[in-house]
Amino acid sequence: MKQGLHPLLMIALVAAVTLFGRVLPTWTLSLATVAASNALIALGIVVLARTGNVSFGQGLFFAAGGYGVALIANVWGVTDAVAQMIIGAVCGGLLGLVIGPLIARYSGIFFGMLTLALSMVLYGALVKSTALGGSDGFNVGRPSLFGMSFNDPREADFMLYAVSVITTGFAGIAATILFRSELGLASLAVRENNLRVEYLGISANLVITINFVIAAIFAGASGAFALMAQRHIDPQFAYWTTSGEFVFVAVLAGYQSVAAVFVASMALELVRSFSNLYLPNTWQLVLGVFLLGVILFLPRGIGSLWIRERQKRMRPTAATPIAAQKEATL
Amino acid sequence: MKPVLSVRGLDKRFGAVVAADALSIDIAPSQKVSLIGANGAGKTTFVNMVTGYLKPDSGSIELDGMDIGRRSPRHVARLGISRSFQIPQLFIELTAAENLAVAVSGARAQALSFHSPAEAQGRRDKALELLARFGLTDVADRPILELAGGVRKLVDIAMALVRRPKLLLLDEPTSGVSAEEKFATMDRVIHAVAPDAATIVFVEHDMEIVGRYADRVVAFYQGRILADGNPHDVLKDPEVRRYVTGGAQ
Repeated sequence: MKQGLHPLLMIALVAAVTLFGRVLPTWTLSLATVAASNALIALGIVVLARTGNVSFGQGLFFAAGGYGVALIANVWGVTDAVAQMIIGAVCGGLLGLVIGPLIARYSGIFFGMLTLALSMVLYGALVKSTALGGSDGFNVGRPSLFGMSFNDPREADFMLYAVSVITTGFAGIAATILFRSELGLASLAVRENNLRVEYLGISANLVITINFVIAAIFAGASGAFALMAQRHIDPQFAYWTTSGEFVFVAVLAGYQSVAAVFVASMALELVRSFSNLYLPNTWQLVLGVFLLGVILFLPRGIGSLWIRERQKRMRPTAATPIAAQKEATL
Repeated sequence: MKPVLSVRGLDKRFGAVVAADALSIDIAPSQKVSLIGANGAGKTTFVNMVTGYLKPDSGSIELDGMDIGRRSPRHVARLGISRSFQIPQLFIELTAAENLAVAVSGARAQALSFHSPAEAQGRRDKALELLARFGLTDVADRPILELAGGVRKLVDIAMALVRRPKLLLLDEPTSGVSAEEKFATMDRVIHAVAPDAATIVFVEHDMEIVGRYADRVVAFYQGRILADGNPHDVLKDPEVRRYVTGGAQ
Protein backbone atom coordinates (compact mmCIF):
# COMPACT_ATOMS: atom_id res chain seq x y z
CA MET A 1 0.00 0.00 0.00
CA LYS A 2 3.00 2.25 0.34
CA GLN A 3 3.59 3.10 -3.29
CA GLY A 4 -0.01 3.31 -4.55
CA LEU A 5 -1.49 6.09 -6.65
CA HIS A 6 -1.28 9.67 -5.42
CA PRO A 7 -4.66 10.91 -4.06
CA LEU A 8 -4.82 13.66 -6.71
CA LEU A 9 -4.41 11.06 -9.43
CA MET A 10 -7.16 9.04 -7.79
CA ILE A 11 -9.47 12.08 -7.80
CA ALA A 12 -8.76 12.49 -11.51
CA LEU A 13 -9.53 8.80 -12.03
CA VAL A 14 -12.85 9.13 -10.18
CA ALA A 15 -13.75 12.14 -12.35
CA ALA A 16 -12.84 10.23 -15.51
CA VAL A 17 -14.90 7.18 -14.51
CA THR A 18 -17.84 9.46 -13.67
CA LEU A 19 -17.68 11.23 -17.04
CA PHE A 20 -17.25 7.88 -18.79
CA GLY A 21 -20.80 7.12 -17.64
CA ARG A 22 -22.01 9.59 -20.28
CA VAL A 23 -21.04 7.18 -23.05
CA LEU A 24 -22.02 3.95 -21.31
CA PRO A 25 -25.18 2.11 -22.39
CA THR A 26 -28.09 2.54 -19.97
CA TRP A 27 -28.08 -1.08 -18.79
CA THR A 28 -24.41 -0.72 -17.86
CA LEU A 29 -25.15 2.38 -15.77
CA SER A 30 -27.47 0.57 -13.40
CA LEU A 31 -25.07 -2.39 -13.25
CA ALA A 32 -22.17 -0.06 -12.42
CA THR A 33 -24.28 1.71 -9.79
CA VAL A 34 -24.97 -1.60 -8.06
CA ALA A 35 -21.29 -2.56 -8.40
CA ALA A 36 -20.16 0.76 -6.88
CA SER A 37 -22.66 0.43 -4.05
CA ASN A 38 -21.55 -3.14 -3.32
CA ALA A 39 -17.92 -2.06 -3.58
CA LEU A 40 -18.54 0.57 -0.91
CA ILE A 41 -19.85 -1.92 1.64
CA ALA A 42 -17.22 -4.51 0.67
CA LEU A 43 -14.57 -1.83 1.15
CA GLY A 44 -15.82 -1.49 4.72
CA ILE A 45 -15.48 -5.23 5.19
CA VAL A 46 -11.91 -5.00 3.87
CA VAL A 47 -11.17 -2.12 6.30
CA LEU A 48 -12.41 -4.32 9.13
CA ALA A 49 -10.66 -7.43 7.79
CA ARG A 50 -7.33 -5.65 8.16
CA THR A 51 -7.78 -6.08 11.92
CA GLY A 52 -8.28 -9.83 11.38
CA ASN A 53 -12.05 -9.76 11.83
CA VAL A 54 -14.68 -10.45 9.20
CA SER A 55 -18.26 -9.30 9.63
CA PHE A 56 -20.85 -11.73 8.27
CA GLY A 57 -23.60 -9.32 9.21
CA GLN A 58 -22.95 -6.07 7.34
CA GLY A 59 -26.57 -6.36 6.20
CA LEU A 60 -27.38 -4.93 9.64
CA PHE A 61 -25.87 -1.56 8.78
CA PHE A 62 -26.90 -1.81 5.13
CA ALA A 63 -30.52 -2.15 6.29
CA ALA A 64 -30.11 0.53 8.98
CA GLY A 65 -28.90 2.98 6.33
CA GLY A 66 -31.63 1.96 3.87
CA TYR A 67 -34.50 2.06 6.36
CA GLY A 68 -33.23 5.28 7.94
CA VAL A 69 -33.16 7.01 4.55
CA ALA A 70 -36.52 5.54 3.49
CA LEU A 71 -38.26 6.67 6.67
CA ILE A 72 -36.80 10.17 6.55
CA ALA A 73 -37.65 10.45 2.84
CA ASN A 74 -41.26 9.43 3.41
CA VAL A 75 -41.80 11.41 6.62
CA TRP A 76 -39.85 14.60 5.91
CA GLY A 77 -39.66 14.43 2.13
CA VAL A 78 -35.87 14.42 1.90
CA THR A 79 -35.21 13.20 -1.65
CA ASP A 80 -31.79 14.68 -2.38
CA ALA A 81 -29.40 11.85 -3.31
CA VAL A 82 -26.41 13.36 -1.52
CA ALA A 83 -28.47 14.06 1.61
CA GLN A 84 -29.84 10.52 1.50
CA MET A 85 -26.34 9.10 1.19
CA ILE A 86 -25.21 11.14 4.20
CA ILE A 87 -28.27 10.11 6.22
CA GLY A 88 -27.59 6.45 5.39
CA ALA A 89 -23.95 6.79 6.44
CA VAL A 90 -24.95 8.49 9.71
CA CYS A 91 -27.54 5.80 10.52
CA GLY A 92 -25.03 3.02 9.85
CA GLY A 93 -22.29 4.85 11.76
CA LEU A 94 -24.46 5.50 14.82
CA LEU A 95 -25.46 1.84 15.00
CA GLY A 96 -21.80 0.91 14.54
CA LEU A 97 -20.86 3.19 17.43
CA VAL A 98 -23.29 1.34 19.69
CA ILE A 99 -22.33 -2.18 18.62
CA GLY A 100 -18.63 -1.70 17.87
CA PRO A 101 -17.29 -1.30 21.42
CA LEU A 102 -19.32 -4.32 22.57
CA ILE A 103 -18.22 -6.61 19.79
CA ALA A 104 -14.56 -5.54 19.56
CA ARG A 105 -13.59 -7.80 22.44
CA TYR A 106 -14.46 -10.88 20.38
CA SER A 107 -12.41 -12.23 17.53
CA GLY A 108 -12.40 -14.84 14.80
CA ILE A 109 -15.48 -16.98 14.32
CA PHE A 110 -17.17 -15.50 17.43
CA PHE A 111 -16.90 -12.02 15.95
CA GLY A 112 -18.27 -13.17 12.61
CA MET A 113 -21.17 -15.14 14.10
CA LEU A 114 -22.14 -12.32 16.47
CA THR A 115 -22.40 -9.86 13.60
CA LEU A 116 -24.45 -12.41 11.67
CA ALA A 117 -26.74 -12.98 14.67
CA LEU A 118 -27.30 -9.25 15.15
CA SER A 119 -28.22 -8.77 11.50
CA MET A 120 -30.71 -11.64 11.73
CA VAL A 121 -32.22 -10.11 14.88
CA LEU A 122 -32.87 -6.94 12.89
CA TYR A 123 -34.23 -9.02 10.00
CA GLY A 124 -36.64 -10.78 12.37
CA ALA A 125 -37.76 -7.46 13.88
CA LEU A 126 -38.31 -5.90 10.43
CA VAL A 127 -40.35 -8.86 9.19
CA LYS A 128 -42.64 -8.57 12.23
CA SER A 129 -42.93 -4.79 12.07
CA THR A 130 -46.16 -3.86 10.31
CA ALA A 131 -45.35 -0.14 10.66
CA LEU A 132 -42.37 -0.73 8.35
CA GLY A 133 -44.29 -2.83 5.87
CA GLY A 134 -43.38 -6.21 7.35
CA SER A 135 -41.86 -8.68 4.91
CA ASP A 136 -43.11 -6.66 1.91
CA GLY A 137 -41.31 -3.47 2.93
CA PHE A 138 -42.38 -0.17 1.35
CA ASN A 139 -41.61 2.17 -1.55
CA VAL A 140 -39.90 5.55 -1.71
CA GLY A 141 -39.93 8.27 -4.36
CA ARG A 142 -37.37 8.97 -7.06
CA PRO A 143 -34.26 10.77 -5.74
CA SER A 144 -33.40 14.30 -6.82
CA LEU A 145 -30.07 16.15 -6.81
CA PHE A 146 -29.56 19.70 -5.52
CA GLY A 147 -33.21 20.56 -6.27
CA MET A 148 -33.20 19.02 -9.76
CA SER A 149 -35.67 16.26 -10.60
CA PHE A 150 -34.80 13.65 -13.21
CA ASN A 151 -37.80 12.39 -15.16
CA ASP A 152 -35.77 10.99 -18.05
CA PRO A 153 -34.79 7.43 -16.93
CA ARG A 154 -31.38 7.69 -18.61
CA GLU A 155 -30.60 10.96 -16.80
CA ALA A 156 -31.89 9.56 -13.51
CA ASP A 157 -29.69 6.49 -13.92
CA PHE A 158 -26.67 8.64 -14.77
CA MET A 159 -27.27 10.89 -11.76
CA LEU A 160 -27.37 7.90 -9.45
CA TYR A 161 -24.35 6.37 -11.19
CA ALA A 162 -22.40 9.61 -10.78
CA VAL A 163 -23.27 10.07 -7.11
CA SER A 164 -22.49 6.44 -6.27
CA VAL A 165 -19.21 6.39 -8.23
CA ILE A 166 -18.05 9.70 -6.73
CA THR A 167 -19.00 8.62 -3.20
CA THR A 168 -17.41 5.20 -3.55
CA GLY A 169 -14.38 6.75 -5.23
CA PHE A 170 -13.86 9.19 -2.39
CA ALA A 171 -14.42 6.40 0.12
CA GLY A 172 -11.71 4.49 -1.74
CA ILE A 173 -9.33 7.45 -1.54
CA ALA A 174 -10.08 7.82 2.17
CA ALA A 175 -9.48 4.09 2.66
CA THR A 176 -6.18 4.31 0.78
CA ILE A 177 -5.02 7.14 3.05
CA LEU A 178 -6.27 5.17 6.06
CA PHE A 179 -4.42 2.01 4.98
CA ARG A 180 -1.15 3.93 4.75
CA SER A 181 -1.70 5.76 8.03
CA GLU A 182 -0.61 5.09 11.57
CA LEU A 183 -4.02 3.57 12.30
CA GLY A 184 -3.80 1.43 9.16
CA LEU A 185 -0.46 -0.01 10.22
CA ALA A 186 -1.74 -0.59 13.76
CA SER A 187 -4.72 -2.44 12.24
CA LEU A 188 -2.39 -4.87 10.49
CA ALA A 189 -0.48 -5.28 13.74
CA VAL A 190 -3.74 -6.11 15.59
CA ARG A 191 -4.53 -8.70 12.93
CA GLU A 192 -1.18 -10.41 13.49
CA ASN A 193 -0.72 -10.16 17.24
CA ASN A 194 -3.18 -8.14 19.30
CA LEU A 195 -1.52 -9.02 22.61
CA ARG A 196 1.76 -7.51 21.48
CA VAL A 197 -0.13 -4.42 20.36
CA GLU A 198 -1.46 -4.07 23.91
CA TYR A 199 2.07 -4.49 25.30
CA LEU A 200 3.11 -1.57 23.10
CA GLY A 201 0.52 0.64 24.79
CA ILE A 202 -2.08 0.60 21.99
CA SER A 203 -5.68 -0.47 22.64
CA ALA A 204 -6.42 -3.29 20.19
CA ASN A 205 -10.15 -2.99 20.98
CA LEU A 206 -10.12 0.70 20.09
CA VAL A 207 -8.41 -0.02 16.77
CA ILE A 208 -11.02 -2.70 15.98
CA THR A 209 -13.88 -0.40 17.05
CA ILE A 210 -12.71 2.46 14.83
CA ASN A 211 -12.42 0.13 11.84
CA PHE A 212 -15.82 -1.36 12.70
CA VAL A 213 -17.48 2.07 12.75
CA ILE A 214 -15.86 3.01 9.43
CA ALA A 215 -17.20 -0.24 7.95
CA ALA A 216 -20.67 0.55 9.36
CA ILE A 217 -20.60 4.07 7.84
CA PHE A 218 -19.72 2.63 4.43
CA ALA A 219 -22.45 -0.01 4.80
CA GLY A 220 -25.05 2.61 5.74
CA ALA A 221 -24.19 4.75 2.71
CA SER A 222 -24.30 1.65 0.53
CA GLY A 223 -27.77 0.85 1.90
CA ALA A 224 -28.88 4.34 0.89
CA PHE A 225 -27.65 3.77 -2.68
CA ALA A 226 -29.37 0.39 -2.88
CA LEU A 227 -32.59 2.07 -1.75
CA MET A 228 -32.22 4.88 -4.30
CA ALA A 229 -31.58 2.36 -7.07
CA GLN A 230 -34.55 0.12 -6.20
CA ARG A 231 -36.86 2.80 -4.74
CA HIS A 232 -38.08 0.03 -2.48
CA ILE A 233 -36.87 -1.43 0.79
CA ASP A 234 -37.70 -4.67 2.56
CA PRO A 235 -36.15 -6.85 5.30
CA GLN A 236 -34.07 -8.68 2.69
CA PHE A 237 -31.55 -5.85 3.17
CA ALA A 238 -30.66 -7.38 6.56
CA TYR A 239 -30.86 -11.04 5.52
CA TRP A 240 -27.75 -13.18 5.85
CA THR A 241 -27.49 -13.96 2.13
CA THR A 242 -27.26 -10.21 1.45
CA SER A 243 -24.38 -9.94 3.92
CA GLY A 244 -22.85 -13.03 2.34
CA GLU A 245 -22.71 -11.32 -1.06
CA PHE A 246 -20.69 -8.46 0.38
CA VAL A 247 -18.26 -10.87 2.04
CA PHE A 248 -18.08 -12.61 -1.35
CA VAL A 249 -16.84 -9.36 -2.94
CA ALA A 250 -14.37 -8.75 -0.09
CA VAL A 251 -12.97 -12.30 -0.39
CA LEU A 252 -12.61 -11.85 -4.15
CA ALA A 253 -10.76 -8.58 -3.59
CA GLY A 254 -8.47 -9.54 -0.70
CA TYR A 255 -7.43 -7.03 1.93
CA GLN A 256 -4.33 -5.58 0.28
CA SER A 257 -5.75 -3.19 -2.27
CA VAL A 258 -8.57 -0.67 -2.43
CA ALA A 259 -8.73 -0.83 -6.22
CA ALA A 260 -9.23 -4.60 -6.02
CA VAL A 261 -12.54 -4.07 -4.23
CA PHE A 262 -13.92 -2.11 -7.18
CA VAL A 263 -12.54 -4.60 -9.69
CA ALA A 264 -14.00 -7.53 -7.70
CA SER A 265 -17.39 -5.88 -7.34
CA MET A 266 -17.60 -5.08 -11.04
CA ALA A 267 -16.37 -8.58 -11.96
CA LEU A 268 -19.00 -10.14 -9.74
CA GLU A 269 -21.79 -8.06 -11.24
CA LEU A 270 -20.65 -8.89 -14.77
CA VAL A 271 -20.38 -12.61 -14.04
CA ARG A 272 -23.77 -12.53 -12.36
CA SER A 273 -25.44 -10.59 -15.19
CA PHE A 274 -24.02 -12.67 -18.02
CA SER A 275 -24.47 -16.02 -16.32
CA ASN A 276 -28.04 -15.01 -15.47
CA LEU A 277 -28.57 -14.13 -19.13
CA TYR A 278 -27.03 -17.22 -20.69
CA LEU A 279 -27.44 -19.80 -17.90
CA PRO A 280 -30.57 -18.59 -16.09
CA ASN A 281 -31.03 -21.76 -14.03
CA THR A 282 -27.44 -22.31 -13.02
CA TRP A 283 -26.01 -18.83 -12.57
CA GLN A 284 -25.28 -19.51 -8.88
CA LEU A 285 -23.15 -22.47 -9.97
CA VAL A 286 -21.14 -20.21 -12.28
CA LEU A 287 -20.63 -17.72 -9.43
CA GLY A 288 -19.50 -20.54 -7.14
CA VAL A 289 -16.99 -21.83 -9.72
CA PHE A 290 -15.75 -18.26 -10.22
CA LEU A 291 -15.16 -17.81 -6.48
CA LEU A 292 -13.50 -21.22 -6.17
CA GLY A 293 -11.19 -20.31 -9.04
CA VAL A 294 -10.17 -17.06 -7.36
CA ILE A 295 -9.61 -18.77 -3.99
CA LEU A 296 -7.59 -21.54 -5.65
CA PHE A 297 -5.36 -19.38 -7.81
CA LEU A 298 -5.40 -16.10 -5.89
CA PRO A 299 -5.87 -17.05 -2.22
CA ARG A 300 -5.11 -13.46 -1.20
CA GLY A 301 -7.65 -12.06 -3.61
CA ILE A 302 -7.54 -10.22 -6.91
CA GLY A 303 -5.49 -7.42 -5.32
CA SER A 304 -2.58 -9.80 -4.78
CA LEU A 305 -2.10 -9.81 -8.57
CA TRP A 306 -0.59 -6.34 -8.58
CA ILE A 307 0.47 -6.02 -4.93
CA ARG A 308 2.62 -9.16 -5.24
CA GLU A 309 4.20 -7.90 -8.44
CA ARG A 310 4.89 -4.51 -6.85
CA GLN A 311 6.48 -6.09 -3.79
CA LYS A 312 8.64 -8.29 -6.00
CA ARG A 313 9.87 -5.22 -7.82
CA MET A 314 10.53 -3.29 -4.61
CA ARG A 315 12.24 -5.99 -2.60
CA PRO A 316 15.85 -7.03 -3.17
CA THR A 317 16.02 -10.50 -4.68
CA ALA A 318 18.58 -11.61 -2.10
CA ALA A 319 19.74 -10.40 1.26
CA THR A 320 22.58 -7.91 1.19
CA PRO A 321 25.90 -9.53 2.11
CA ILE A 322 25.90 -7.85 5.53
CA ALA A 323 22.35 -8.94 6.28
CA ALA A 324 23.04 -12.45 5.09
CA GLN A 325 26.16 -12.63 7.22
CA LYS A 326 24.27 -11.29 10.23
CA GLU A 327 21.52 -13.86 9.81
CA ALA A 328 24.02 -16.63 9.40
CA THR A 329 25.68 -15.73 12.67
CA LEU A 330 22.63 -14.99 14.82
CA MET B 1 17.78 4.17 47.17
CA LYS B 2 14.07 4.05 46.36
CA PRO B 3 13.28 0.91 44.34
CA VAL B 4 11.89 1.12 40.81
CA LEU B 5 9.90 -2.03 41.37
CA SER B 6 8.64 -3.20 44.71
CA VAL B 7 6.79 -6.51 45.02
CA ARG B 8 5.28 -7.63 48.31
CA GLY B 9 3.69 -10.96 49.25
CA LEU B 10 2.81 -11.95 45.69
CA ASP B 11 0.77 -15.16 45.42
CA LYS B 12 -0.43 -16.92 42.29
CA ARG B 13 -1.85 -20.41 41.98
CA PHE B 14 -3.05 -22.35 38.95
CA GLY B 15 -5.20 -25.01 40.62
CA ALA B 16 -2.83 -27.06 42.76
CA VAL B 17 0.26 -25.55 41.15
CA VAL B 18 1.87 -22.76 43.16
CA ALA B 19 3.48 -20.39 40.67
CA ALA B 20 4.20 -17.60 43.16
CA ASP B 21 4.35 -18.11 46.91
CA ALA B 22 4.60 -14.91 48.96
CA LEU B 23 7.18 -13.36 46.59
CA SER B 24 8.76 -10.16 47.85
CA ILE B 25 11.48 -8.34 45.96
CA ASP B 26 12.77 -4.78 45.49
CA ILE B 27 14.66 -3.77 42.37
CA ALA B 28 16.80 -0.64 42.51
CA PRO B 29 17.30 1.73 39.57
CA SER B 30 19.91 0.75 36.94
CA GLN B 31 20.34 -2.76 38.32
CA LYS B 32 20.75 -5.69 35.97
CA VAL B 33 18.88 -8.47 37.68
CA SER B 34 18.81 -12.02 36.40
CA LEU B 35 15.99 -14.38 37.31
CA ILE B 36 17.08 -18.00 37.25
CA GLY B 37 15.28 -21.24 38.03
CA ALA B 38 14.22 -24.52 36.51
CA ASN B 39 11.23 -24.70 34.16
CA GLY B 40 8.06 -24.12 36.18
CA ALA B 41 9.90 -22.30 39.00
CA GLY B 42 7.73 -19.21 38.50
CA LYS B 43 10.02 -16.80 36.62
CA THR B 44 7.75 -16.16 33.67
CA THR B 45 4.70 -16.02 35.94
CA PHE B 46 6.50 -13.29 37.87
CA VAL B 47 7.20 -11.39 34.63
CA ASN B 48 3.61 -11.88 33.49
CA MET B 49 2.26 -10.49 36.77
CA VAL B 50 4.59 -7.49 36.76
CA THR B 51 3.55 -6.65 33.18
CA GLY B 52 -0.17 -7.03 33.88
CA TYR B 53 -0.83 -10.13 31.80
CA LEU B 54 -1.67 -12.15 34.92
CA LYS B 55 -3.39 -10.76 38.00
CA PRO B 56 -1.91 -11.92 41.32
CA ASP B 57 -4.18 -13.76 43.76
CA SER B 58 -2.82 -11.51 46.50
CA GLY B 59 0.07 -9.16 47.17
CA SER B 60 1.11 -5.84 45.70
CA ILE B 61 3.26 -4.67 42.80
CA GLU B 62 4.46 -1.07 42.84
CA LEU B 63 6.28 0.83 40.14
CA ASP B 64 7.89 3.97 41.55
CA GLY B 65 5.45 3.77 44.46
CA MET B 66 2.34 3.37 42.26
CA ASP B 67 0.27 0.21 42.61
CA ILE B 68 0.12 -1.54 39.24
CA GLY B 69 -0.99 -5.01 40.35
CA ARG B 70 -4.45 -4.79 38.75
CA ARG B 71 -3.57 -2.85 35.63
CA SER B 72 -3.71 -4.17 32.07
CA PRO B 73 -0.55 -4.75 30.00
CA ARG B 74 -1.38 -1.59 28.05
CA HIS B 75 -1.53 0.57 31.18
CA VAL B 76 1.57 -1.04 32.64
CA ALA B 77 3.44 -0.34 29.39
CA ARG B 78 2.32 3.30 29.48
CA LEU B 79 3.56 3.60 33.05
CA GLY B 80 7.04 2.51 32.07
CA ILE B 81 7.47 -1.27 32.05
CA SER B 82 8.31 -2.93 28.74
CA ARG B 83 9.08 -6.52 27.97
CA SER B 84 10.43 -8.80 25.30
CA PHE B 85 9.38 -12.42 24.90
CA GLN B 86 11.02 -15.82 24.96
CA ILE B 87 9.47 -16.43 21.54
CA PRO B 88 9.61 -13.04 19.77
CA GLN B 89 6.13 -11.55 19.45
CA LEU B 90 6.37 -9.63 16.22
CA PHE B 91 4.13 -8.70 13.31
CA ILE B 92 5.71 -11.12 10.92
CA GLU B 93 4.23 -9.84 7.65
CA LEU B 94 5.42 -6.32 8.39
CA THR B 95 8.99 -5.16 7.90
CA ALA B 96 11.34 -4.60 10.83
CA ALA B 97 10.97 -0.81 10.42
CA GLU B 98 7.17 -1.12 10.35
CA ASN B 99 7.26 -3.20 13.53
CA LEU B 100 9.26 -0.45 15.17
CA ALA B 101 6.91 2.19 13.69
CA VAL B 102 3.95 0.50 15.43
CA ALA B 103 5.91 0.61 18.68
CA VAL B 104 6.73 4.29 18.12
CA SER B 105 3.01 5.00 17.53
CA GLY B 106 2.18 3.23 20.77
CA ALA B 107 4.72 5.30 22.66
CA ARG B 108 3.19 8.62 21.59
CA ALA B 109 0.71 10.30 23.91
CA GLN B 110 -1.59 11.30 21.03
CA ALA B 111 -4.28 9.10 19.48
CA LEU B 112 -3.37 7.13 16.37
CA SER B 113 -3.63 9.29 13.26
CA PHE B 114 -6.10 8.41 10.48
CA HIS B 115 -4.13 10.23 7.82
CA SER B 116 -0.51 10.72 8.86
CA PRO B 117 1.57 8.10 7.01
CA ALA B 118 2.57 5.20 9.22
CA GLU B 119 6.22 5.69 8.42
CA ALA B 120 6.18 9.50 8.51
CA GLN B 121 9.70 10.81 8.76
CA GLY B 122 9.77 11.22 12.54
CA ARG B 123 8.54 7.71 13.19
CA ARG B 124 10.80 6.14 10.58
CA ASP B 125 13.81 8.02 11.89
CA LYS B 126 13.11 6.79 15.40
CA ALA B 127 12.61 3.24 14.11
CA LEU B 128 15.88 3.35 12.16
CA GLU B 129 17.75 4.87 15.10
CA LEU B 130 16.69 1.96 17.30
CA LEU B 131 17.47 -0.63 14.65
CA ALA B 132 20.89 1.00 14.21
CA ARG B 133 21.58 0.63 17.92
CA PHE B 134 21.15 -3.12 17.46
CA GLY B 135 23.12 -3.13 14.20
CA LEU B 136 20.02 -3.98 12.19
CA THR B 137 19.80 -1.05 9.77
CA ASP B 138 20.28 -3.27 6.76
CA VAL B 139 17.26 -5.45 7.57
CA ALA B 140 14.94 -2.47 8.21
CA ASP B 141 12.88 -2.95 5.07
CA ARG B 142 12.67 -6.72 5.12
CA PRO B 143 9.58 -8.53 6.42
CA ILE B 144 10.09 -10.27 9.75
CA LEU B 145 9.18 -13.64 8.23
CA GLU B 146 12.34 -13.42 6.12
CA LEU B 147 14.58 -12.84 9.15
CA ALA B 148 16.43 -15.41 11.23
CA GLY B 149 15.47 -16.18 14.82
CA GLY B 150 18.36 -14.24 16.36
CA VAL B 151 17.54 -11.11 14.38
CA ARG B 152 13.88 -11.41 15.36
CA LYS B 153 14.93 -11.57 18.98
CA LEU B 154 16.81 -8.29 18.65
CA VAL B 155 13.88 -6.61 16.86
CA ASP B 156 11.61 -7.81 19.69
CA ILE B 157 13.90 -6.20 22.27
CA ALA B 158 14.23 -3.03 20.17
CA MET B 159 10.42 -2.71 20.19
CA ALA B 160 10.38 -2.99 23.96
CA LEU B 161 12.94 -0.20 24.15
CA VAL B 162 10.95 2.35 22.12
CA ARG B 163 9.16 3.71 25.19
CA ARG B 164 12.46 4.31 27.02
CA PRO B 165 11.07 2.19 29.87
CA LYS B 166 11.97 2.57 33.52
CA LEU B 167 12.04 -1.20 33.77
CA LEU B 168 12.87 -3.55 30.91
CA LEU B 169 11.97 -7.23 31.30
CA LEU B 170 13.71 -9.61 28.92
CA ASP B 171 12.46 -13.17 28.81
CA GLU B 172 15.43 -15.37 27.84
CA PRO B 173 17.13 -12.88 25.50
CA THR B 174 19.65 -15.44 24.23
CA SER B 175 17.41 -18.49 23.85
CA GLY B 176 17.58 -19.81 20.31
CA VAL B 177 20.92 -18.06 19.74
CA SER B 178 23.93 -20.24 18.97
CA ALA B 179 26.51 -20.80 21.73
CA GLU B 180 29.17 -18.93 19.74
CA GLU B 181 26.99 -15.86 19.34
CA LYS B 182 25.26 -15.62 22.70
CA PHE B 183 27.82 -13.19 24.19
CA ALA B 184 27.84 -11.06 21.03
CA THR B 185 24.05 -10.91 21.13
CA MET B 186 23.96 -10.02 24.81
CA ASP B 187 26.72 -7.40 24.31
CA ARG B 188 24.59 -5.86 21.59
CA VAL B 189 21.54 -5.81 23.86
CA ILE B 190 23.40 -4.25 26.79
CA HIS B 191 25.05 -1.70 24.48
CA ALA B 192 21.69 -0.80 22.90
CA VAL B 193 19.93 -0.43 26.23
CA ALA B 194 22.70 1.64 27.81
CA PRO B 195 21.68 5.10 26.44
CA ASP B 196 18.27 4.81 28.14
CA ALA B 197 19.83 3.64 31.42
CA ALA B 198 16.87 1.34 32.01
CA THR B 199 16.73 -1.08 34.87
CA ILE B 200 16.90 -4.56 33.38
CA VAL B 201 15.43 -7.80 34.66
CA PHE B 202 16.22 -10.78 32.48
CA VAL B 203 15.15 -14.38 32.74
CA GLU B 204 18.06 -16.63 31.81
CA HIS B 205 19.00 -20.30 31.87
CA ASP B 206 22.57 -19.83 30.73
CA MET B 207 24.76 -19.37 33.82
CA GLU B 208 27.66 -17.98 31.79
CA ILE B 209 25.41 -15.15 30.63
CA VAL B 210 24.12 -14.67 34.17
CA GLY B 211 27.63 -14.57 35.62
CA ARG B 212 28.89 -12.11 33.05
CA TYR B 213 26.00 -9.62 32.73
CA ALA B 214 23.95 -9.64 35.94
CA ASP B 215 24.91 -7.61 38.98
CA ARG B 216 22.25 -9.37 41.02
CA VAL B 217 20.73 -12.84 40.73
CA VAL B 218 17.38 -14.03 42.06
CA ALA B 219 16.93 -17.81 42.07
CA PHE B 220 13.38 -19.17 41.92
CA TYR B 221 12.22 -22.59 43.05
CA GLN B 222 8.60 -23.75 43.17
CA GLY B 223 7.27 -20.19 43.21
CA ARG B 224 9.57 -19.06 46.02
CA ILE B 225 12.80 -17.10 46.07
CA LEU B 226 15.53 -19.55 46.94
CA ALA B 227 18.40 -17.08 46.93
CA ASP B 228 18.93 -13.42 46.16
CA GLY B 229 22.28 -11.63 45.96
CA ASN B 230 25.37 -11.05 43.86
CA PRO B 231 26.01 -13.63 41.13
CA HIS B 232 29.11 -15.07 42.80
CA ASP B 233 27.32 -15.87 46.05
CA VAL B 234 24.04 -17.05 44.55
CA LEU B 235 25.63 -19.35 41.99
CA LYS B 236 27.75 -20.92 44.76
CA ASP B 237 24.77 -21.36 47.08
CA PRO B 238 24.36 -25.12 47.76
CA GLU B 239 20.57 -25.00 47.41
CA VAL B 240 20.81 -23.11 44.14
CA ARG B 241 23.38 -25.64 42.90
CA ARG B 242 21.09 -28.49 43.95
CA TYR B 243 17.70 -27.20 42.69
CA VAL B 244 18.52 -24.69 39.95
CA THR B 245 21.90 -24.96 38.27
CA GLY B 246 22.58 -28.62 38.90
CA GLY B 247 26.20 -27.77 39.69
CA ALA B 248 26.77 -25.52 36.67
CA GLN B 249 28.56 -22.21 37.22
